[in-house]
Amino acid sequence: MRSSVGPVLVILAVIVAAWYAGAVYMNAQWQTGVFEREGVEPTAREFVTATWSQERPVLPAPHQVAVEIWQTTVEKKITSKRSLVYHAWVTLSSTLLGFLIGTGLGILLAVSIVHVRSLDMSLMPWVIASQTIPILAIAPMIIVVLAAIGITGLLPKAVISTYLSFFPVAVGMVKGLRSPDVINLDLMRTYNASAAQTFWKLRWPSALPYLFTSMKVAIAISLVGAIVGELPTGAVAGLGARLLTGSYYGQTIQIWSALFVAAFLAAVLVTIVGMAHRLVLRRMGMAA
Amino acid sequence: MSESTVISAKDLSLTFETADGPVHALSHIDLDVERGEFVSFIGPSGCGKTTLLRVIADLESPTGGDITVNGKTPEQARLDRAYGYVFQAAALYPWRTIAKNIALPLEIMGYSKSEQEARIAANLDLVNLTGFERKYPWQLSGGMQQRASIARALSFDPDLLLMDEPFGALDEIVRDHLNEQLLDLWAKTNKTVIFVTHSIPEAAFLSTKIVVMSPRPGRIHDIIESDLPRERTLDIRETPEFLAVAHRVREGLREGHSYEDEDA
Repeated sequence: MRSSVGPVLVILAVIVAAWYAGAVYMNAQWQTGVFEREGVEPTAREFVTATWSQERPVLPAPHQVAVEIWQTTVEKKITSKRSLVYHAWVTLSSTLLGFLIGTGLGILLAVSIVHVRSLDMSLMPWVIASQTIPILAIAPMIIVVLAAIGITGLLPKAVISTYLSFFPVAVGMVKGLRSPDVINLDLMRTYNASAAQTFWKLRWPSALPYLFTSMKVAIAISLVGAIVGELPTGAVAGLGARLLTGSYYGQTIQIWSALFVAAFLAAVLVTIVGMAHRLVLRRMGMAA
Repeated sequence: MSESTVISAKDLSLTFETADGPVHALSHIDLDVERGEFVSFIGPSGCGKTTLLRVIADLESPTGGDITVNGKTPEQARLDRAYGYVFQAAALYPWRTIAKNIALPLEIMGYSKSEQEARIAANLDLVNLTGFERKYPWQLSGGMQQRASIARALSFDPDLLLMDEPFGALDEIVRDHLNEQLLDLWAKTNKTVIFVTHSIPEAAFLSTKIVVMSPRPGRIHDIIESDLPRERTLDIRETPEFLAVAHRVREGLREGHSYEDEDA
């Protein structure tokens, strides 16, 4: 562990440095114009500092994003419409709901596909086809169709998360449920075990490592799905809404801070699933 | 066929249809196994010894001839849970402790909790693994894992034990030790054992009857009734009687091969 801290910090430092350099480069043109209009001859130091403190920069500097995140999380009341915690929670709730439904649906599909041969042939192509449609194209239609039948709010966004997250779970679980060796399946046959016994005592435990690996992917794209679901509807709340209003008003700092909170949220969610993975495997007696 | 006949095969054949044409895995097999016998199938790979064992276990279906297990079809025998099967690999479930692995068939067959515990204890004792109940398979050596899988096969007390090269992956020292333990276990339990191997000393040491098989098509080349005493120790391998049995097995295997060469 300790030996990996050094390289991680070095990489982080390189990224931050490149980011600052990029901010100078990207914001230079506009800043030059400002100084020209004011008739000021800035020193190099003044110029650089100015590019890092614009109100609507092309690329905000890291500290500007950090300050914005600090102000909209810690310093704002959670109930405020400008609180990123509030918006993150809105997105998180539909992420989690969509993830749960998606995981359940994925498992259900995988179980059907593994046990019914005709479903393997008939269902799997649709499962794969569903993921070739760009989510940005189908998300507005899902929202509109559901709104037409009176379903609005959390559920339509969750449906988009479900649409994305069931896929890795279904594919991973099909592989997982089929992972037992022939020898282990033969063993169940020698005991004259029923299909249900073979499932619960062999296929399901064999598939659990695959399930958790799939769920790590699924929870991350559930978050993407929830954010995308907030974009086409002109949503008033959620990280997607922050991205949208940020882009309307050229609030790049707001966009970047929403992006960072989304990334942070994804990292936390994936970490939680990873911890659950290790915990379950350890309880099953298998080293993760 | 008498009351004490456990397995009876008449003109048994099994042909696999493959892309390269039919493969005659078993051809015209005639074999009787009596209750309490220790029968070894020996032969080079491709001779059908494992296939024959799998037919007895109803894991493969023959394409010709007749076979009965306990006077019934192999399928009925399997449904009646007439046999315990030990595979080449221990095939223990990694998420189950040793005790839980042995309990697997008992759970499936609906034994009560107390009965399960009694049988786990008795069978762990039988394979000298008492004290390892709570260990997971990966914490045991290969030989101990295979002993646990034997305990699992015996846990529901089938009269017939089918073993498919159970010690093939183990080193010779461990194998010798397990062979002695297996004989001891056989003497204690009076099971009928069918044992697939490709080791001549193993077959000669363990068996009351050795079935020498040869490949392409898979068939029985010789059946050797061993008159070695049922109670044996590893020392018996130095005796002229043992060497005579081993010699006849070796000759049989050699003839099986030369026959194949003439064929080709």
